[in-house]
Amino acid sequence: MTGYFIQATIYLLAAIIAVPIAKRLGLGSVLGYLIAGVVIGPLTGLVGSETVTIQHFAEFGVVMMLFLVGLELEPKMLWEMRNKLIGLGGLQVSLTIALVMGGCLVLGLAWQTALAVGLVLSLSSTAIVLQTFNEKGLAKTEGGKSAFSVLLFQDIAVIPMLALIPLLALPELMDIGVQASQEDHHGDTFNLSHLVSGWLYALAVLASIIVVVAGGHYLSRPLFKFIAASGLREMFTATALMLVIGIAALMSFVGLSPALGTFLAGVVLANSEFRHELETDIEPFKGLLLGLFFITVGAGIDFQVINDNLSTVLMATLGIMLLKALVLFFLAWLFKIKKNDGWLFTLSLAQAGEFGFVLLSFTTQHHVIPKELAQVLSPVVALSMFLTPALFILFDKVIMGFYQAGNDAREADTIDDHGPVIIAGIGRFGQIINRLMIANDIHTVVLDHNAAIIDRVGKFRVKTWYGDATRPDLLHTAGIEQARLFVIAIDDPVRTVDLVKHVKHAYPQVKVLVRAYDRGNAYELETAGADIVVPETYFSALQLGGEALKAMDYHPFKVEQIKRNFYKADREGHKQAYASWQEREEGNDFSSSYLQLFMEIEQRIIAAVKQNRIHGHDNSESGWTPPPKQYTDDVDA
Amino acid sequence: MPEKNVLLLFAHPAIEQSDANVELFNAAQSIDGIQCVDLYAEYPQHDIDVCIEQQRLRESDVIIFQFPLYWYSTPAILKDWMDLVLEHGFAYGKTGDALKDKTLLLAITAGGPEEAYCGEGFNHYSIRELLRPLEQTANFCRMAFSAPFVLFGTRTSLDDERLSAHILHWKRLLSAIKDNQIDLKASSHLPKLNAEVAKLMELEQ
Repeated sequence: MTGYFIQATIYLLAAIIAVPIAKRLGLGSVLGYLIAGVVIGPLTGLVGSETVTIQHFAEFGVVMMLFLVGLELEPKMLWEMRNKLIGLGGLQVSLTIALVMGGCLVLGLAWQTALAVGLVLSLSSTAIVLQTFNEKGLAKTEGGKSAFSVLLFQDIAVIPMLALIPLLALPELMDIGVQASQEDHHGDTFNLSHLVSGWLYALAVLASIIVVVAGGHYLSRPLFKFIAASGLREMFTATALMLVIGIAALMSFVGLSPALGTFLAGVVLANSEFRHELETDIEPFKGLLLGLFFITVGAGIDFQVINDNLSTVLMATLGIMLLKALVLFFLAWLFKIKKNDGWLFTLSLAQAGEFGFVLLSFTTQHHVIPKELAQVLSPVVALSMFLTPALFILFDKVIMGFYQAGNDAREADTIDDHGPVIIAGIGRFGQIINRLMIANDIHTVVLDHNAAIIDRVGKFRVKTWYGDATRPDLLHTAGIEQARLFVIAIDDPVRTVDLVKHVKHAYPQVKVLVRAYDRGNAYELETAGADIVVPETYFSALQLGGEALKAMDYHPFKVEQIKRNFYKADREGHKQAYASWQEREEGNDFSSSYLQLFMEIEQRIIAAVKQNRIHGHDNSESGWTPPPKQYTDDVDA
Repeated sequence: MPEKNVLLLFAHPAIEQSDANVELFNAAQSIDGIQCVDLYAEYPQHDIDVCIEQQRLRESDVIIFQFPLYWYSTPAILKDWMDLVLEHGFAYGKTGDALKDKTLLLAITAGGPEEAYCGEGFNHYSIRELLRPLEQTANFCRMAFSAPFVLFGTRTSLDDERLSAHILHWKRLLSAIKDNQIDLKASSHLPKLNAEVAKLMELEQ
């Protein structure tokens, strides 16, 4: 047991140290994990042969990743992107595969192996590229959008690739690996194809796909609602895990790719209101498992092999990057992605990606690529990823500098990005805000943790995501980094304050508009950094008070003035009182002094009104006063 | 003779401070068949409903603006009303003939005495000259512009006991308009309408 703890500590510690440093250096988290693996593996020898076993386990992270990829694929969005997705993405993948394969054939590899190498190297690094785009604000540029559609196509293309690879198995490699394979894959004896045969098996495969699609469509909603009603957060996580693992198990049982199954389930659930919550729950597992996977890849790098083939590795890396860049440059020209956008597109995607590692380990397992070749290719993939930040620096310093002059008009486009408005809480309060936004064609992302309310507003075609907005990770999934406004309309004063603190701390650029429970809450919210605070009952009470005055035969226009002046005096009084309260009460408990504060404010307001009366007329009557009766006596003709 | 449809639009932002206008408006409301609208009461937030107002205009033959003269013009809401309601295509323009041949009458109260409204007085211009923008508005909408019905020296009218007589004349004027007993178009060249009403009342006695 102690041994496991020590190992786990080594892995985690290495990741904790390496990943943040790599990220700060602009290398991205994937390279951070790889470096961590290299350090604890070949460099220091802290971990050994068990990495292979761990790697098989960690590959489950890929299954989860594809589930998440599926969740992100809204059919509507895909349809809008169809031209770029299929045109750009399809051509990039197929051209790169063809060229790499051709090169490998020239070098004398078997066609199966050559094709597999093409598959491995055709993919780019979604993780590094998207991360860099977000950091540099390039995601909304023409080049950034084009690159995104290529990456999306690659993510989807991984699934048929995973299905294709086992078919490429080389008989001579299989003979060598048969011993090891039997030990490695003893779990696969739980396979339906061994138990039944023929049309019954085909039927079972078809049935299980139908189960995933139909179940995801019809059964997931009632299930999630039932779980959500329990109010237990960990039950939701358990359900999400059960869903992914269950589908993976079913798929393995009928002999299909688990990744394909979970991807399908993800697509089916992409339109569900529980999507964000599912993402939030699966995301940490995926992140850690993939991280573990990359660590094992790093730990598995054999420096002896690299040393022996140093020039080959370097040449191959530069060669593959040049080749990919040429393909991309050609596509940029073909699709008229002009100037700096074309260069961004070309340079950003010229590396191999993390899925390359996945495919590499998959191909060696299935005896398509010999272990020795994989040992050379793995550092090639890693090295090309290492060089990506350098390409971005090249883009920033050289290309952007070159196009700076003609670029001003386009820049404005990028800045003028109307990020969505996120609304937390779609109860009686949030609904009105949301309707106001929707009526003005402002895109909103609505979060609520009450499934019953989501149902009710769903009838009015308001799309609401289920989830607790006070969870930081859910805000992240809702896209708070890109949001302009964050509206908090939840009815829990304490959590509202916490939420304001968190958002203003983590995302100071987002404007926070808050509903306050009462005055005391409003003060706390202002202190917490909220940009705009509106007390939830004040204006409706003022409105009804005005109606009361009208019912007492006050002229409606007079009532408007009275309301306005009351509000002004009230606000001024509170401003002053709030300032003095801040000076006096720093560090003290708020609620105990509130009554005192309130009385002080009322006295200030009364005093202000009385003072005006002594001077002849109060504020509310100083409008449209006729001149004195004898005013004409003083007028000069 | 057929009855005329009369619409009275009243604009006064501070009725509680009014001596004359509130009495005049109450008097108008006491006459059957005059549609009386307190613009500040109906639109306390200046949120004028253009459709309703245009429909009211369509249904009327004579439109009366009743207001205290503020800086030689109307109170703010009446200007707002004109800006919003008298749209192109409704009040003017090729197809804008909704107001054609209707009559506009101004019933105003002025703070200064009558003698101030002339070249030698401290207001330097006659009341007809000062009301030219409204007169031209009516012309542009192809409406007849009646001579105005004016109470001068409003601030002292109560003490001087002029107000009650003015209110009597006002009521007679309104019923005469409604019953088509007075030709407003024929009066359009006069400095003010007050004398015509007095004549009418003398004839009846």
